[in-house]
Amino acid sequence: MTTQTKDAPATARTMTGAEIVIQALIDQKVEVIFGYPGGAVLPIYDALYQDTDKHGDRLRHILVRHEQGATHAAEGYARSTGKPGVVLVTSGPGATNAITGIVDALMDSIPLVVFTGQVPTHLIGSDAFQEADTIGITRSCTKHNYLVKNAADLPRIIHEAFHIATSGRPGPVLIDIPKDIQFATAEYQGPTEVTQIHGYAPRTKGDAGKIADAVKMIAEAKQPLFYSGGGVINSGPKAAEALRELAKMTGVPVTSTLMGLGAFPASNPNWLGMVGMHGAYESNHAMHDCDVMVCIGARFDDRVTGKLTAFAPNSKKIHIDIDPSSINKNVRVDVGIVGDCGSVLTDMIAAWKAARYEAADLRGWWKKIYEWRAKKGFSYKPSDTVIKPQHAIQRLYELTKDRDVYITTEVGQHQMWAAQHFHFDKPNHWMTSGGLGTMGYGLPAAVGVQLAHPKALVIDIAGEASVQMTMQEMSTAVQFNLPIKIFILNNEWMGMVRQWQELLHGERYSHSYSDSLPDFVKMAEAFGCVGIRAETPDELDEKILQMINSDRPVIFDCKVEKAENCFPMIPSGKAHNEMLLADSVDIGNAIDAAGKKLV
Amino acid sequence: MTDPTSASAYEMSHADSKEGRATFAVIVDNEPGVLHRVVGLFAGRGYNIESLTVAETDARAHTSRITVVTSGTPEVLEQIRAQLEKTVCVREVHDVTNDPRGVERELALIKVKGVGDHRIEALRVAEIFRARVIDTQLDSFVFELTGPSGKIDKFLRLMRPLGLVELSRTGVLSISRGTD
Repeated sequence: MTTQTKDAPATARTMTGAEIVIQALIDQKVEVIFGYPGGAVLPIYDALYQDTDKHGDRLRHILVRHEQGATHAAEGYARSTGKPGVVLVTSGPGATNAITGIVDALMDSIPLVVFTGQVPTHLIGSDAFQEADTIGITRSCTKHNYLVKNAADLPRIIHEAFHIATSGRPGPVLIDIPKDIQFATAEYQGPTEVTQIHGYAPRTKGDAGKIADAVKMIAEAKQPLFYSGGGVINSGPKAAEALRELAKMTGVPVTSTLMGLGAFPASNPNWLGMVGMHGAYESNHAMHDCDVMVCIGARFDDRVTGKLTAFAPNSKKIHIDIDPSSINKNVRVDVGIVGDCGSVLTDMIAAWKAARYEAADLRGWWKKIYEWRAKKGFSYKPSDTVIKPQHAIQRLYELTKDRDVYITTEVGQHQMWAAQHFHFDKPNHWMTSGGLGTMGYGLPAAVGVQLAHPKALVIDIAGEASVQMTMQEMSTAVQFNLPIKIFILNNEWMGMVRQWQELLHGERYSHSYSDSLPDFVKMAEAFGCVGIRAETPDELDEKILQMINSDRPVIFDCKVEKAENCFPMIPSGKAHNEMLLADSVDIGNAIDAAGKKLV
Repeated sequence: MTDPTSASAYEMSHADSKEGRATFAVIVDNEPGVLHRVVGLFAGRGYNIESLTVAETDARAHTSRITVVTSGTPEVLEQIRAQLEKTVCVREVHDVTNDPRGVERELALIKVKGVGDHRIEALRVAEIFRARVIDTQLDSFVFELTGPSGKIDKFLRLMRPLGLVELSRTGVLSISRGTD
């Protein structure tokens, strides 16, 4: 592969490969790198040292404690800013440790650029120390990856990588740089001076004819529903604004996936709540009964659709997605519009106005929705003696809602309770691992969010099991004065595993008890953070206030009801309108034999 | 999505669709690992590969042409195409299966061992199929045959009782007729 460059620009400078990496990051307006040094990236770390010596902290390096933490922190940074997250790790174990976060970013469409060191070119394939086939391993879990074989290719590759990571459906791009390439010298070119060699050009503008069809279907619908997803957030603030405007013009109710929370304000009267396995009762029933469904930047994930053969059986479906392969993948749709959500929504608003459509009379539809809402799907049995996890989240929300608050989560029951009981009015304020479901995501993600928003209140709503997977990043938070709050709903169980064992496996609790837990308060103190414990409902508010008023990192051990289950729930193998409520009887028999085989 | 009695939450709404065969011509950037990307996509998503050929076709533009024969329901075939198109190093994907202007050819090298009548009959059949003899020994021939896969299959069926001992096939190559 040869580099295709335009005429040598006046600014061309000869640099080492390592210096090219640093210069390219500066030119890409990168401010923060999450990383961990090692043998195969020492030249880049040296170039970084010298850059900091000369120019100060224009490129901040955040030293994590494990490379998985680097990728999740970069995801949190990216998700909360809309900018790409940048990671720098060494070869072999550095690269393999980073992989969980890379796959997570691929599943949730988060833009990352990951630099990995590699053994020198002449040693590749010799089973050298800390050699791994990083390109081979990451080929299926990156949007694209590169092995750099010539220092002269580096400027083009890096600038191209940023373009690929951030455009179209965003995702992780990995650049593997052998150590000899980092030492070799070549001419540097800036972002506008390189010529991209790939035919990569994602389509962002939706087809006008299909948009007109879609708008007509919405105008004629009796029971329409907007089902929005993470794509609306990825598209940027304008997409969220356009969604709000379209919902207002049409009067259509809006539900969202887990990833899409915040794109549509929870305080808006058209908001129904989250859809899916643990979504709002009214959202799931509306999904089942709607006659026109408009899926905007979501991908008909199995947690959302449930049983496909019974999914929204009487609806016409419109799907807007920037990734053509998402359309007709799981669910056949009637109108598939390939394009950027923001652009397509804006065009839909214009088409609606141009055709002089008026909002249909949806009173009958809303009446049905209010009836479902009256079932109070998120209700639970309150307690005066033990803290109910839902109550803890509700109090956390009430006591923080007037602040600039960002929430990250781990994965499990606490994640679902957070999605149900915390409410978001703005995009980019909710960071969670949706597609991959990565326990251990939330704490390092909070590190990345807090770096991007130093003055904000950043809370990781966690479980005691998940948080132990990446606990060591508390040390990172302390080192960089990041006052993140780790709010642990401690029920001493891997709660969602326990819940499934109760419902599906005859209450045989195989290895889901969190035995030998550390004392989280002492642990916080050992890390140099503040440790707080709440054990009864009457002390909860005061302790939460103590946490949010602290200017230091806090680990909050919130002891909650141990056997609480997360409801409502669409049981495996059932349709949206067969949702179980907390007070449903005979829960143990609600899932049939076929449903038990599903994940 | 009409069968409410189905037990699986993951059943595709098109699970009953009929499987078909498709040939895709995939123009890719000729760079290291590109074949792995395409093959890995098929393996990772559980798609079939019935045959696959690859070679650089335009050295100046740095492109190679991969011809892949696959099978699946129409929905799966549509998804394969979309997944291929979204791969960064893929420039174009052509579905040449039902293109009336499409031509498909395959090349086979066939070793047939035998003496006497079998040997004479093998040579006679080879003439009918316009196979070339590229190696002759006292007790064996190697034939070279080019044509649509079906023609090669038929030739092999006739050669089997006549002493077919070894076979090597390229897999399908395809191109469209006309100027573009």
